[in-house]
Amino acid sequence: MTTTPVEPEALEAAFEATIARHDRIEPRDWMPDAYRRTLVRQMAQHAHSEIIGMQPEGAWIGRAPSLRRKAILLAKVQDEAGHGLYLYSACETLGVSRAELTELLLTGRQKYSSIFNYPTLSYADVGTIGWLVDGAAICNQVPLCRTSYGPYGRAMIRICKEESFHQRQGYELLMTMMRGTDAQREMVQESVNRFWWPSLMMFGPPDADSPNSARSMAWGVKRNSNDELRQKFVDMTVPQAEALGVTLPDPELRWNEERGHHDFGEPDWEELAAVIRGDGPCNAQRMAHRRAAHEDGAWVREAASAFAERAGAR
Amino acid sequence: MSADRREWPLYEVFVRGKRGLNHVHVGSLHAADDAMAVRHARDVYTRRNEGVSIWVVRADAITASSPDEKDPMFAPSGDKVYRHPTFYDIPDNVPHM
Repeated sequence: MTTTPVEPEALEAAFEATIARHDRIEPRDWMPDAYRRTLVRQMAQHAHSEIIGMQPEGAWIGRAPSLRRKAILLAKVQDEAGHGLYLYSACETLGVSRAELTELLLTGRQKYSSIFNYPTLSYADVGTIGWLVDGAAICNQVPLCRTSYGPYGRAMIRICKEESFHQRQGYELLMTMMRGTDAQREMVQESVNRFWWPSLMMFGPPDADSPNSARSMAWGVKRNSNDELRQKFVDMTVPQAEALGVTLPDPELRWNEERGHHDFGEPDWEELAAVIRGDGPCNAQRMAHRRAAHEDGAWVREAASAFAERAGAR
Repeated sequence: MSADRREWPLYEVFVRGKRGLNHVHVGSLHAADDAMAVRHARDVYTRRNEGVSIWVVRADAITASSPDEKDPMFAPSGDKVYRHPTFYDIPDNVPHM
């Protein structure tokens, strides 16, 4: 079969035209190298976040207060593993291998979400993570269902369906504690106080300091700016906090009639930079745990390979 | 860190949502062999009753049309508008058409 050589300009134009009509780019389409690199970075970071994200809550599985709560928590942590796998396989359609991605995480050359470098000090944190952290993740992720790269969008649709369970189980857990004793209510408030600001940081730096944002938006990889999504999250969360009976630890938080949005204080961007740099409260612990899990699982992978080889030889 | 000597093969996963529907591609995963691929597919893609049947197939066993040949490959159907029912004008007063 003869194939006619295609001019690079024509390829680029076809790519731009697909983006312009809000159509999806699929794995075997031609795409600019920078688009591919941006996606690999974003999707890998997202996948790594799901995998590392199992740790903070996983720590409470053995200490869940009832069988019901334990079953819920197990299902949730299993979902996080599943989300990591959807995203890794979507990322691999861009020509990067699973082994490479694993290596990049384990050697710290690719990042994961800063939020997972905070500790889960009390059981209420399981609820707060579901409510605030997964709530912020949903804000970030729903627009990504319409991202321009097909496999990424499809993975996000599956993930978003499941995140809704995560958020609701967390909120329900907190509601149950708020109906309990004063000590339980204090636990919830203390937990919310610790997670509020890190949750706001999950949307990334302010737009003015987010150098890659504009290009990602032009390519349809990102659909909304960091600040837009942060505002949306604050507006969504305030009435939920009122219904729950907790306060959000921001003295500047108030409704602005003129803007039709809540005004809120500035997160500590120095803190975010430090956590991303590796100086958060749990960075070293999370990485050590992930590396140990990978190494401890090596014999299982080797045994499965050996078994498959022997079965194949028969 | 011990890098695995070789990666498990990639499988594409297809799930039949319920009786009466086709199997639909849902994603992919790595597994050491076919049996493990089915088991992993159950855990990764059907945690909430998403399916009643799973197919897995090694990704390297799939032959696909080339995106570069998109036009010549699909052009033959493009100019055969008479294959569609809307090509034919039938008066409105003719019933059940």
